[in-house]
Amino acid sequence: MSKVSIALTINDEATEVSFAPHKTLLEVLREDANLTGTKHGCELGECGACAVLVDGKPVLSCLYLGLEAAGRAVTTIEGMADGPVLHPLQDAFADLGAAQCGYCTPGILLTAKALLTERPNPTRAEIREALAGNLCRCTGYLQIFEAVEDAIVRIAAGAAKNEASAQ
Amino acid sequence: MNVVGKPRRRVDGRAKVTGQTRFADDISFPRMLHCRLLRSPLPHANILAIDTSAAAAHPGVRLVLTGQDMPTSYGILPVSQDEHALCTDKVRFVGDPVAAVIALDEDVAQEGVELLRVSYEALRTISDPEEALGIEEPKIQAYGKGNLHKAVSMEFGDVEAGMAAADHVFEDTFFFQGNTHLAIEQHATVAMIDPDGKLVVHSSTQTPHYLHRALSKVLNLPAAHIRVIAAPNGGGFGGKSDPFNHEIVVAKAALVTGRPVKICLNREEVFYCHRGRHPVLMSFKTGVKSDGTITGVHLRTLLDGGAYGSYGVASTLYTGALQTVTYQIPTYRFDGARMFTNKPPCGPKRGHGTPQPRFGQEVQLDKIAVQLGLDPADLRMKQVVEPNSITANFMRIGTIGLKECIQKVVDGSKWRERRGKLGYGRGLGIACSSYLCGAGLPIYWNELPHSGVQLRLDRSGGVTAFCGATEIGQGSDDMLALCVAEVLGIDPFDIRVVTGDTDLGPVDLGSYSSRVTLMMGNAAIQAAERARDLIAISVSKKLNVPRGRLVFSERRVFDAEDPGASVSFRDAVVLGEAEHGTLGTVGSYKPPPSAAKYKSGGVGPSPAYSYTACVLEVEVDPATGWMEIPTIWIAHDIGTSLNPTLVRGQVEGSVYMGLGEALMEEQDFRRLPPKRSGALVHKMPSMLEYKSPTTLEMPDVITYLIENPDGAGPFGAKEVGQGPLLPIMPALANAVFDAVGVRVDEIPVTPEKVLAAMELKRRTGTGRVGPGKFPEVQWPERARVPTPWEGGDGNATNEAPRKRDQRPQTPIAVDPSMEAPPGQAGLRPHTPEVVR
Repeated sequence: MSKVSIALTINDEATEVSFAPHKTLLEVLREDANLTGTKHGCELGECGACAVLVDGKPVLSCLYLGLEAAGRAVTTIEGMADGPVLHPLQDAFADLGAAQCGYCTPGILLTAKALLTERPNPTRAEIREALAGNLCRCTGYLQIFEAVEDAIVRIAAGAAKNEASAQ
Repeated sequence: MNVVGKPRRRVDGRAKVTGQTRFADDISFPRMLHCRLLRSPLPHANILAIDTSAAAAHPGVRLVLTGQDMPTSYGILPVSQDEHALCTDKVRFVGDPVAAVIALDEDVAQEGVELLRVSYEALRTISDPEEALGIEEPKIQAYGKGNLHKAVSMEFGDVEAGMAAADHVFEDTFFFQGNTHLAIEQHATVAMIDPDGKLVVHSSTQTPHYLHRALSKVLNLPAAHIRVIAAPNGGGFGGKSDPFNHEIVVAKAALVTGRPVKICLNREEVFYCHRGRHPVLMSFKTGVKSDGTITGVHLRTLLDGGAYGSYGVASTLYTGALQTVTYQIPTYRFDGARMFTNKPPCGPKRGHGTPQPRFGQEVQLDKIAVQLGLDPADLRMKQVVEPNSITANFMRIGTIGLKECIQKVVDGSKWRERRGKLGYGRGLGIACSSYLCGAGLPIYWNELPHSGVQLRLDRSGGVTAFCGATEIGQGSDDMLALCVAEVLGIDPFDIRVVTGDTDLGPVDLGSYSSRVTLMMGNAAIQAAERARDLIAISVSKKLNVPRGRLVFSERRVFDAEDPGASVSFRDAVVLGEAEHGTLGTVGSYKPPPSAAKYKSGGVGPSPAYSYTACVLEVEVDPATGWMEIPTIWIAHDIGTSLNPTLVRGQVEGSVYMGLGEALMEEQDFRRLPPKRSGALVHKMPSMLEYKSPTTLEMPDVITYLIENPDGAGPFGAKEVGQGPLLPIMPALANAVFDAVGVRVDEIPVTPEKVLAAMELKRRTGTGRVGPGKFPEVQWPERARVPTPWEGGDGNATNEAPRKRDQRPQTPIAVDPSMEAPPGQAGLRPHTPEVVR
């Protein structure tokens, strides 16, 4: 089958990817862009392991055609850290046991990142609601909630520190 | 302690939050081919012919394999070598793999699969164990009597006398529906030939050692020419513990094509791999005194094994073996049978064979307490097994913190004030459990270590720990680094761990039966102590301090009496290397000999047992039967909590998984109508239909860790990965009774069942939903084993002595005349009430 080529932004880098046109964004990312940090668990939009951000919004990449991503900005787990410095959500997840096997973790981290962008101080109920589409079989979710809440504190502390150093 | 007991980031934490953990399907190689399997559409049929010509001729297809290419059978247990990489003569369940197509990409491979033509001769489908009991022919497997896979019968003490001594005898039947692991990662395997011509297999497996053995057997290659690398598993829970068809198929394909070959199962196929929780029908007959003291238990279990053996013999024995290690049971009879049916094979899921009878026992105890007017917590508390004792079936108990666990959840939940007083629709339920910390005997009986650890230290100060153990998310890599770091006084992050690789690390039997922390941990401590002792010799000379005074801590080695006299850890290693030459040490671990010498006594013994107690609160909507669980209080006897962050995660993860089983998860099947073949098909082989709890269903969990170091565990640690799952299901059923006064003697406890029981109660005065009677089973001759307090020595009186017991045994004090006084440490039988 002949391939199609699209231009898009992946993790803040403009890029072109060629792939068979029936492929999902999940397959394009993993197989054609070699970004294997995005995972798959069910192929039908139930588990949330494949969640990535498209123009900042969480999207289940297994239900999203690669072609639809043309001209858009896609963020995967590989683009979450700032160089070697982990995003506060990543640090909090690692420190507080929110990642056990780590397989659902990329999808949960990106979904949580989108939540905090939209709503910087969510309640526990809002965190539960936002992550309700991401299944995790290891943790029982509680350490994930705590890590998101801890990340909020870390982000605020980081912002205060930046403000102080700017003055 | 340097690191023990301190909550910390696990050593592989960074990899997991950056997406850098390389799971099996993340591994790719140039020129890699892709494999798809053709799976049987029929539940039971003879294969008459397979026409592969069109598939083989399809452009892009490089190889087609059928069962004839790999005729040697295999299986996880030596007694059940009943699987083939691809079916050779018949198919036994919908999803049984029949042929494989290997092609340039996955799509082409699937096109090839669709071009395969198979002629089948359909056979009668056997859909459940009760049906299987009555069908001699057709047989699903060639071995076993009819469709009976395994039946066992054993009696410890005189149960009839136990029942005669009882004031009340309770008889109940329970059913526990099967369910599956549902690890989010789907099984994947990549096989290739490495540059020196040897086979390399990367796989999402919990047991690289057993896969190694199966590959060697089926492919007829020396094991030394095969390297198995267990990729970190994206969740295991027991579902990746068998050697699987697809692993052997891609290994064969790599050997034939000379190219890397990958397979990744889709979710439907993962449901067909299964090896999950056995559906079990149970009958509990329990004699009690009026004060609730148990005088005897007779348990019968009937397991739906599915189409293959898998771990089934062990699963069957596990439905009986651990009933005795929680409460004092002076006389005990266990009959268990596993039937073959035309369904995906069942196997080990978290708790392996023990959650089902645990559910029955804990719910029956609740009924006993209600009937006798006793508090269910008190009933349990007063007959907890004694520490340092031997049970009726010769399980050797070390520490036991169950009383403290019960006390914690009773206090935390305000049980005394709130049970029975929350008003209609709201209730509390209690349940307890215990679990083993690794199996005392290996799958292949031999004298070899169960776990080995090798350490390499060099002048850079670097330490590498090698072990065959497998990281499945539970934190096995972190436990390895922690144990070495604790002994050497360095940080876990200073250590590089190399695990799950049969070429690079000493054998560890795998991540199953809650064995890793205890067995690998003890091996790691031994290796690290040997390294520490070598280094100490050199440092003691340098500092002119006696070796016994040296302390390894905070990346330094110093004199306990003069901490100023010290060298850095790195300099200490340099001193050691200069004196002794290249530094490397090994450690290994083998469990102590078992006291259970009777046949079938190989399942149940463990170096230590963990204990858990739980109180669950439920709100039942009287109109719909819908259940909300606001809070669960759970206390776990962990011995020592090595990394509390991970321990809490295991407790909460177990609670979560138990709640899924309790409320909604079920692997169910249905028959197609006769005009559509009457075949038995999976009701829900997708995540859309197989429901599991989301963030919205997860209750608050109040966790208490009871620390009472057990001498058998590394730094006193016991298991936590499986035990805390066990009490959740019965605690829910008991809480539902407290809330609305009905009994659901069946798992899952669904709203429909609760509603049906409530309706029954309205009509008849009592509400119960559950199975009817236990069917007739032809049990084998019952092994008769005198209990320790009858002077038994662990042998059955009517069995010939077993070969494996010829090795020297540690003497066991089981003669009643040798009984130690209460409270005295050491081995002694617990002293149940005399029932004669």
